[in-house]
Amino acid sequence: MAIEVRIPTILRTYTGGAKAVEGSGDTLADLINDLDAKHPGVRGRLITPEGALHRFVNIYVNDEDVRFVGGLDAKLNDGDNVTILPAVAGGAFAFAAVAAMRGHKG
Amino acid sequence: MSRYESLIDACGDTPLVGLPRLSPSDDVRLWAKLEDRNPTGSIKDRPALWMVRAAEEAGRLRPGDTILEPTSGNTGIALAMVAKLRGYRLVCVMPENVSSERVALLRMYGAEIIFSPAAGGSNKAVAVAKEIAADHPDWVMLFQYGNEANARAHYESTGPELLRDLPTITHFVGGLGTTGTLMGVGRFLREKVDNIEVVAAEPRYGELVYGLRNIDEGYVPELYDATVLTRRFSVGTRDAVLRTRQLVEVEGLFVGFSTGAVLHAALAVAHEAVKAGRRADVAFVVADAGWKYLSTGAYTGTLAEAEDSLEGQLWA
Repeated sequence: MAIEVRIPTILRTYTGGAKAVEGSGDTLADLINDLDAKHPGVRGRLITPEGALHRFVNIYVNDEDVRFVGGLDAKLNDGDNVTILPAVAGGAFAFAAVAAMRGHKG
Repeated sequence: MSRYESLIDACGDTPLVGLPRLSPSDDVRLWAKLEDRNPTGSIKDRPALWMVRAAEEAGRLRPGDTILEPTSGNTGIALAMVAKLRGYRLVCVMPENVSSERVALLRMYGAEIIFSPAAGGSNKAVAVAKEIAADHPDWVMLFQYGNEANARAHYESTGPELLRDLPTITHFVGGLGTTGTLMGVGRFLREKVDNIEVVAAEPRYGELVYGLRNIDEGYVPELYDATVLTRRFSVGTRDAVLRTRQLVEVEGLFVGFSTGAVLHAALAVAHEAVKAGRRADVAFVVADAGWKYLSTGAYTGTLAEAEDSLEGQLWA
């Protein structure tokens, strides 16, 4: 039994281009360790050196943001769907506009 | 009282309507806050008005000034109306993959539009916006993603209206974009209602929209404070379309796709309450009506076709 993990475009270099991979674990932290064993380097893109979920990474278990259901300690079950997405609130355009403003200010 | 001195004065005080057919039971009820009943047809009239007023009071905006705002639509339309009535010029920078109705509306209101490319768009859009800002240092950017007056509009108006009309409210569900609605309404309700649930529904777009080069290019709006929320759902295009169609079929309410995403989350928490045997009054936001999205074709045909037609579009 396994948990399906959907991988965003920018992390597919770690999964050989695969859009979705399978993993296992009782918690999100376990799952990420399992993924890193199969796809070395992916953990470092999701977790900061201090051990927290990266500020610009959102992870959803069955479409719910894990930050509100226990974070890295969130419990997982076989058959769960996990989706990893970069934070682009308001769509890509919001991001672009903000980057432009930062550039303008700086 | 339904008489107002001008269109701007008619902003807010929108109806809250029950949805008896979609509500799971007499004890677990859904309520829709009809923000499409604002002067330009969306919830964005509130932040547009509050942000302009705040800039005027701070002396940042004087009659004849030019407002520059990056917007994918509704905020631009709202600002265009406010700018027209208050005597400002408006320049909107928007991605070319928004619906044609939005562009037509903006031009009709007198706004000038500068497009940024849709595909692989972020780098080019950055360049476009940078160029404009650098060339025109006297233009005023209200910047809805970081402007406290955006959230304050909802703290001072949308939130109090909801509590006045639904004192038994247990859940508030809204869409997550600039985060202004959820931050403002959420803070207000948390101060007034014990154990209120503040639930975010975030649209999950097609892959094109997430095409960053690396994670460090991500963005969280300056207004966002996660401690205001109790839960946050990601809603895919298919679920948003399904719920949008369900709302018009079952309750006769014709809404934009972002509302479909919000309804999906509202139904999830409503059904959880039923399972747990708890009473619930779930209020959710109808951010706008469906007119501006008809050209997408996503109101008809199969769900798969609808999903295809919205792929790569910013549908919320």
